[in-house]
Amino acid sequence: MSEHILEVEHVTKEFPGVRALDDVSFSVRRGEVHCLCGENGAGKSTLVGVISGIYAKGEYDGTVLFKGEQAQFRSIRDSEKQGLTVIHQELALSPYLSIYENIFMGHRRHRFGIIRWDDLLIASRPFLKRVGLDENPETIVSKMGVGKQQLVEIARALSKQTELLILDEPTSSLNDDESEKLLQLILELKKEGMSCIMISHKLNEVLEVADSITVLRDGRSICTYDTHTQQVTKAMIIKGMVGRDLTSMYPEKTASIGPTVCTVRDWTVYHPEYHQMKVVDQASFDVRKGEIIAFCGPMGAGRTELMMSLFGKSYGSSCSGEMTLHGKKLELRSPHEAIERGIGYVSEDRKELGLILIQTVRDNISNSSLRKLSRLGVMDTYREISEAEKYRESLKIKTPTIMQLVRNLSGGNQQKVVLSRCLLADPEIFIVDEPTRGIDVGAKYEIYTILNQLASEGKSIIMVTSELPEALGMADRIYVMNEGRIKGVLDRQEATQEQIMHMALS
Amino acid sequence: MGNSQQQEKRLTFFQLAKDNIRNYSMFLMLALIFIVFSILTGGVNFTSRNITNIFIQNSYILILAVGMVLVIIIGNIDLSVGSVCAFTGAISAMLYNTGMGLIPTLILTVIAGAAIGVFQGFWIAYAHIPAFIVTLAGMLLFRGLTYIITNVTPISLSDDDFRTITSGSISFESLDRGGLHLFALIIGALLAGLYVYFAFRSRKNRIKREFEVLPVRYFLLKMGFFILLTGTLSYKFADYRGIPTVVVVLSLVIAVFVFITKNTVIGRYIYAVGGNAKSAKLSGIDADRVIFIVHVIMGALAGLAGLVFTGYMNSALPQAGNLFELDAIASCFIGGASASGGIGTIIGAITGALVMGVINNGMSLMNIGADWQYVVKALVLLLAVYYDIYTRRKAGLG
Repeated sequence: MSEHILEVEHVTKEFPGVRALDDVSFSVRRGEVHCLCGENGAGKSTLVGVISGIYAKGEYDGTVLFKGEQAQFRSIRDSEKQGLTVIHQELALSPYLSIYENIFMGHRRHRFGIIRWDDLLIASRPFLKRVGLDENPETIVSKMGVGKQQLVEIARALSKQTELLILDEPTSSLNDDESEKLLQLILELKKEGMSCIMISHKLNEVLEVADSITVLRDGRSICTYDTHTQQVTKAMIIKGMVGRDLTSMYPEKTASIGPTVCTVRDWTVYHPEYHQMKVVDQASFDVRKGEIIAFCGPMGAGRTELMMSLFGKSYGSSCSGEMTLHGKKLELRSPHEAIERGIGYVSEDRKELGLILIQTVRDNISNSSLRKLSRLGVMDTYREISEAEKYRESLKIKTPTIMQLVRNLSGGNQQKVVLSRCLLADPEIFIVDEPTRGIDVGAKYEIYTILNQLASEGKSIIMVTSELPEALGMADRIYVMNEGRIKGVLDRQEATQEQIMHMALS
Repeated sequence: MGNSQQQEKRLTFFQLAKDNIRNYSMFLMLALIFIVFSILTGGVNFTSRNITNIFIQNSYILILAVGMVLVIIIGNIDLSVGSVCAFTGAISAMLYNTGMGLIPTLILTVIAGAAIGVFQGFWIAYAHIPAFIVTLAGMLLFRGLTYIITNVTPISLSDDDFRTITSGSISFESLDRGGLHLFALIIGALLAGLYVYFAFRSRKNRIKREFEVLPVRYFLLKMGFFILLTGTLSYKFADYRGIPTVVVVLSLVIAVFVFITKNTVIGRYIYAVGGNAKSAKLSGIDADRVIFIVHVIMGALAGLAGLVFTGYMNSALPQAGNLFELDAIASCFIGGASASGGIGTIIGAITGALVMGVINNGMSLMNIGADWQYVVKALVLLLAVYYDIYTRRKAGLG
């Protein structure tokens, strides 16, 4: 038995026109947690594809040794049979089936083609216990939060006798508490002998769990650090990822803060399906001119629901409360009215709610402002193109042309397209929901710069974020929410991560 | 550096050809099918008379395809158009028989169709019942209503004027020279001239503003293709009876809707809602209203198609419009529309409808029965859509 469970040697993978992986080598020892870091587009996903058999042997150059033998996977099924499981960023559970049905999906035990559900139900319990999920195995997975769904995925991997677990950004949609639990679980599994590859943008987490770290940049493996033999710092990893020193994670904020622009009083939002249930309960807050405020709190605190409800009632069955802009009462019945009155919203769910993936960069940028870009209902194409070009330039959207489909852009550039759309509609109040989720360090910095720029132009920015350092680095004031209520507000100077957590959970 | 830049340029040129292969391949398929049947029928299908016939025989499907592609772009489907055609066809005959004249009949029939669209659009857009179900109900409902108002007997028309809207043609005797209806040629030349003028003007404007333009070769190729097409068609029409009235109607419908889909706000709304309704809503687009409007448009066009079909048959038949919806839907998919919405063009749907029309026509000329026509059309539909999916996947568009 070799010391390494996985060895990747000189792997090169080309797509038409792009070299996604260029001579990548790294290896994973048995029973270690190996983290892969790199900006979006560095080739991490492609690498996972090569390892797990999404790209069959022969579609790439170089060798992959799994358990000391040359991997001959032709599909994910092959690699799973050998004990290699990938958990993707977008969860692959069947939403309307129960926990235990999902766990045994694809490898149900059966006798003569007949499934014995009771046996499966009983068999699922030890796996749930191992991942620390205290739920009835018959619960339908879509009724649970993303964090618990993630645990089901891991339980499913365990039930398949997995020896090497690959987690692609496992914490990207979890809150701090859930993330911490998941990381502890990974460490537990490691103790039990599981080997693990984790891809993550969150360097704190990487440093917490990793035994070794490989940094990818532009499809090349730049370096591998061993956290046991050397002191690895965030700065070292970032330097490897971006190829330069990043002096500060957050740009300096220079905007001066003016008078109060927008107030929200006693805003209550009811659940879209359960009309009695309050998702947001009597939230009140203010935003001033040139100010950035952040909303922090665990997943399910009601932050996104509050913002979407304020944005022309685009969430919830009904809502009550008062919202004013420049002292005048606002009654917004649709997102259209909200945009018209100067409120912009950038959704946390870029792909589902933010963009139209099959449309071009240009179309996506102008979608909120088509009336402005037209005369008597006829589009002014020339103006539309010049506006799109303007934003491509000023926001540095990396795309060959504005006629490129947005689905072909990286996460960071997609986010810039959503921002451009919002900017073109020229809002005064700018609500950004998880503006840097799932995008790389370099692009994050650029987005922060854009937000600061807007603030210094006198716009007000409401930022919903699950990353506390982001809130601390960017916001003038931080509102802390939990269970639908605003628990308190902290000034930038006095706020610390501990304080925020304490406030949320008190 | 210079080298890599050159490489990049060549890549975009190559990319352009690849991106557009789907659009061109549709025309190529149509041309190929036409040529195959030319050979099989010994050139009969290329005669002036037959070209005119292809347009007349398929006019109502072409009109339906224009509306259907909009419905498919927003991610819906309309199964009721065949029945609606029968119903509005019967209404048009009844209106005409009151002696009100052709133009008022035309206007009222289209309004009746639009009203049907309002009815169905309401259930789909505002009551949020899936379009499949609403229009399935509409298919039964309007067939039933047709039987009721016609007493299940054909309604014949009071005079022969009605049929001119479909089978008639426009020409002026003073312009006829040596068996050629020069009027058709003049119109053809005028159209080609206008096209060239506007194409050059737009190109000049784009260059002036430093926007991207098609490489000159592509630009000229496209223009040459358009001139050749208009030239051939106008010559063929001139050679037979002049421009068929229905071709004029059809051209107007196509021109209006190409303009709407490409250059207007509502056109952009349609694509946005079809591409991702949730995202469109959050971008401030009233998706429900867009869906409603598209179904009203479909209803109005179904009304027009019903009238044209009545003109073609020279009477309103209670069984009219049977399976029209399927021909119209198939046309859109052959023409590159995506079943999941957001993708499709008017020109594509028209090309798709013509592909089916040319196959029907060619096989009829060869005396092959309707039984085999169905089989061949089914295979063409499958292969065309497979090819579409295949090229899309290869281009990395999933």
